[in-house]
Amino acid sequence: MAECVRLDSSTSSHTMDKSITLPPDEIFRNLENAKRFAIDIGGSLTKLAYYSTVQHKVAKVRSFDHATKEAASDKLYEISVQEEVTARLHFIKFENAYIETCLDFIKDHLVNTDTKVIKATGGGAHKFKELIERKLGLKVDKEDEMTCLIKGCNFVLRNIPHEAFVYAKHADSEFRFQTTQPDIFPYLLVNIGSGVSIVKVESEDKFERIGGSSIGGGTFWGLGALLTKTKRFDELLQLASKGQHTSVDMLVKDIYGGSYGSLGLTGDLIASSFGKSATADKEFSKEDMAKSLLHMISNDIGQLACLYAKLHNLSRVYFGGFFIRGHPVTMHTITYSINFFTKARPQLSVFISFSLINGEVQALFLRHEGYLGAIGAFLKGAEEDNPNQYSWGENYAGSSGLMSVSPDMNPMQRARSGTFDMLEMDRLERQLVNLPLLQDPSSYIPDTMDLTEDALAREYWLYCFEEALDGVVKRAVASQPDMPEAAQRAEKFRQKYRHKLQTLRQQPFAYGSLTVRSLLDTREHCLNEFNFPDPYSKIKQKENDMALKYYQKAVKSLEELSWEQRQFALVRGVLAGNVFDWGAKAVSDVLESDPEFGFEEAKRQLEERPWLVDSYDQWFERLKGPPHKCALFFVDNSGVDIILGVMPFVRELLSRGTEVVLASNSGPALNDVTNGELQILTERIAAMDPVIHRLDKVLAMVVRERQTDLVIIEGMGRAIHTNYYAMLSCESLKMAVIKNSWLADRLGGKLFSVVFKYEVPAGKPSQHSAALSPL
Amino acid sequence: MAFNGHQHDDESIDEDETPTKQPRSNKEMPGCFRNEPNNEASASAGRATSDRRSSNATPRQRIDSVKKTRPPFPWFGMDIGGTLVKLVYFEPKDITAEEEQEEVENLKSIRRYLTSNTAYGKTGIRDVHLELQDLTLCGRTGNLHFIRFPTHDLPAFLQMGRNKHFSSLHTTLCATGGGAYKFESDFRTMADLQLHKLDELDCLIRGVLYIDSVVSGGPSECYYFENPTDPDRCIQKPYTLENPYPLLLVNIGSGVSILAVYSESNYKRVTGTSLGGGTFLGLCCLLTGCSTFEEALEMASQGESTRVDKLVRDIYGGDYESFGNMMSKEKRESVSKEDLARATLVTITNNIGSITRMCALNENIERVVFVGNFLRVNTLSMKLLAYAMDYWSKGQLKALFLQHEGYFGAVGALLELLHPS
Repeated sequence: MAECVRLDSSTSSHTMDKSITLPPDEIFRNLENAKRFAIDIGGSLTKLAYYSTVQHKVAKVRSFDHATKEAASDKLYEISVQEEVTARLHFIKFENAYIETCLDFIKDHLVNTDTKVIKATGGGAHKFKELIERKLGLKVDKEDEMTCLIKGCNFVLRNIPHEAFVYAKHADSEFRFQTTQPDIFPYLLVNIGSGVSIVKVESEDKFERIGGSSIGGGTFWGLGALLTKTKRFDELLQLASKGQHTSVDMLVKDIYGGSYGSLGLTGDLIASSFGKSATADKEFSKEDMAKSLLHMISNDIGQLACLYAKLHNLSRVYFGGFFIRGHPVTMHTITYSINFFTKARPQLSVFISFSLINGEVQALFLRHEGYLGAIGAFLKGAEEDNPNQYSWGENYAGSSGLMSVSPDMNPMQRARSGTFDMLEMDRLERQLVNLPLLQDPSSYIPDTMDLTEDALAREYWLYCFEEALDGVVKRAVASQPDMPEAAQRAEKFRQKYRHKLQTLRQQPFAYGSLTVRSLLDTREHCLNEFNFPDPYSKIKQKENDMALKYYQKAVKSLEELSWEQRQFALVRGVLAGNVFDWGAKAVSDVLESDPEFGFEEAKRQLEERPWLVDSYDQWFERLKGPPHKCALFFVDNSGVDIILGVMPFVRELLSRGTEVVLASNSGPALNDVTNGELQILTERIAAMDPVIHRLDKVLAMVVRERQTDLVIIEGMGRAIHTNYYAMLSCESLKMAVIKNSWLADRLGGKLFSVVFKYEVPAGKPSQHSAALSPL
Repeated sequence: MAFNGHQHDDESIDEDETPTKQPRSNKEMPGCFRNEPNNEASASAGRATSDRRSSNATPRQRIDSVKKTRPPFPWFGMDIGGTLVKLVYFEPKDITAEEEQEEVENLKSIRRYLTSNTAYGKTGIRDVHLELQDLTLCGRTGNLHFIRFPTHDLPAFLQMGRNKHFSSLHTTLCATGGGAYKFESDFRTMADLQLHKLDELDCLIRGVLYIDSVVSGGPSECYYFENPTDPDRCIQKPYTLENPYPLLLVNIGSGVSILAVYSESNYKRVTGTSLGGGTFLGLCCLLTGCSTFEEALEMASQGESTRVDKLVRDIYGGDYESFGNMMSKEKRESVSKEDLARATLVTITNNIGSITRMCALNENIERVVFVGNFLRVNTLSMKLLAYAMDYWSKGQLKALFLQHEGYFGAVGALLELLHPS
């Protein structure tokens, strides 16, 4: 029961507003190639799902064939923008009133499809079956609701980071997102539709309805309507949020005069719901009755959920259904109830043995809860394409985000499209997995700072990204000099990204935990949306070519140093190279005004030792020991950074007998070196440097095979914004220059402070000392 | 389970007693050794009895050990709940002539008032059918009376106690339930009475175990429903609650407490729910305009819940959604008060059943005893609970009920007076 069917005649005779026009740029996108439709029709909302392919531009680099001297230029590689077709899943949620208009719109725009069937689920699917078949000419194929719900739930839990959250009304951040667990099973899904269904999910295909209750959303709605003469569910919730339940409910203190001390039941606890209304001669306000009803139902559901969780020894309990859907009021009351029924209060330890072996039950909610049925129905219909074998990522540009259509949460003026909530997911090139070298993958949180919770940091970073927007737009236009409409597209990008930033200012929780990383991802998604696959490609190319010229000179001067001096110079080289970064505000100012900002000058800018974080001495001691077997190096920027900073460092490791795996981004992000560029660069360097030829060029999960015992992470984005606290199971080296005065301030340093963090996991003596011990 | 109608002999609670017919014939008073005058009541002087005491100060020769520890009459146990006050009163029937002569007037007056009426004031009721006769308590033989009145009439009760100079008897008034705490100062200021407050769950368990052990002859205290899933063959059957542990005790008063009982002194409160008898009555009052439990139950017995609840014929078991049909305007308009009352009763009862079943599973207990005044004259709920326990557990779980439904806390309080634990 994803949603109940509303039987009110006023709403069931769906007054279809034919006059509304749908904004085609914003909703039902990419219908031209759409296939595999699915629809989930609930009591008030319809959710449509389809699969389509999206053609968009990608930046490719290709080595010039230097042997034929065909290219007269001294450029190492050429950049080309190519069309690439990727898969995208579209999910659109709209009010049932729009269903006919939407079906007409889809019919008009559906051209290339050979689709014959539309999968349908939800209580309303039956009601609209005929309309859908007539309008779309597709056969409606009904799928079981619960199966769809579970399939959808598994899909979002597996694919969308920060899908689940706990709700804390009075905390700094109401939404506390959970990091994606490698293993999502087992869990309990409590679906609160008209009634309540409690389902235990053990694996992708194994689930069982273990219980339920007749007291659910329908009880709130039906009883609420009788008591308050208020018909609409939302209005009932509004009434409830204004009411005082204490005038209707009999509390413990109404019976005891205070608390029931020996049981630890506090005076404010409800002893009997509606216990005070057992009188004919008193009037109660609608608000108070609605509130009492809400408490009664939420507490009851929470209690049952806890009892089932305990019986089946499950600690993850997800709540969904129209009773919960996007309503902070019900999320709060359910959370309160769960907390009450699971917290073993100390004085009650004798009486209440509720705490579970695996920890306490938590009430979890899902960002895309409303889409589960539609996603599940879609997956049922797409089984032959086997979407589950791929990884899918939420497209921040095309998705509306949490609470986008909740009127009380979003004070911003909304356009017509505000009635339409969207989720778009892109097929990822490869499945994302945790680095096997993490000490504890389940507790790994990449992001150092959660901007959802840290209001000051959030303000700063949102400001930063907004400030940088003009520069990015300029860069984007410049990256496509041959395309006259680039300026127009860039303007659209500016609007879209600015709107996203504004949304995030109001609803930082819209896409899960807000982080510097997610802000960057959102920008990349928006750039891609408007076909700016790599605005920095030209700059990167120029910088790479320039830096390559100095490579041999740099290596030569390093070789002239003593071993000791060289080790330090190599580290300083990586750090100085990392100063070259268009992503950092302070630096991009300098780079823009003075492209000749030299490597040597960068070195002079660096903080003198002792650095802000300084474990160079330990690192140096380690280097005196035996070589590492294999080092995994996460590299950052193109140009000076990778070529003059990282490569000489890598070269030294190779000379020591350490294998090196270089890890870079697969797609473009600012001036970060991409995998494509890195391959060409390393080939080029290998051609002029015999030491480098042993370099492993492929970013692959060869980490375990090669017995990687050293992970090097370079740059602010990788080593400070993320991974700063990441604990690895092998030695790790995190190197970064703080190129942002605000962050420097936060970390107690100053601009160009150095973070050099060498760590050996606890309980694992470095090989150096281990090697010494037999002597 | 017959419900004796009560006679409205008294219009005001403090009116002088009007003799009424005794429910059952009294047996001959056993003229044995228990014939000491009942002068313990005046052992500590009160203003009204000081003269009498001095004139009757001759100590008895035989003072047995029972008497030493035996508290003075009157013997009351009280349970002041959120909705109802439950009062049990032990009426000694073995009073000798001599005793009677020595008995203080106030005590006599209280005894006569309580035992010769079945209704007190507008709202006080003695459940005559529950009266336990020829009971031996603390060496005395007599009848145990079960009386109830709404908690909101407690002031009138206190006023009566004051008018009848109850405080002059200097008895200990053992009381349990939340009201023992809430109204403690009212008892002191309004009636000059000092309450001995007792834990309600302790009293409840003590009361259940005691009543079950003393009731013999007549209808069995404990009973169950045979064939609970077949309405045509569902009949009430006596049950012997021997070897009762472990036991799940579900007390349905205004709210609900669920206890797992392993022995008289070893129990835990597993959980509770606020959806109880108070919720049924409260919602019924709001939905139908009724004002008493009896009215609400009467309506419920005539209604049909399926017109209110929404049946979901999904493949997961055809459960229904309480009040689900009331989302629809037409259906709201066509529904009767009786249907609403029925739906409320069914919803509350099934919810209690569901939570109870989960607790029984979690605690691994197979016997459930339901008590509390929600079940009074409420065969509908009892059968629903019996059905739910049986159906959901595939016959594993047995729902048991007790004749004295809501009085166990008060009985426990009385026992505490007689045998302090």
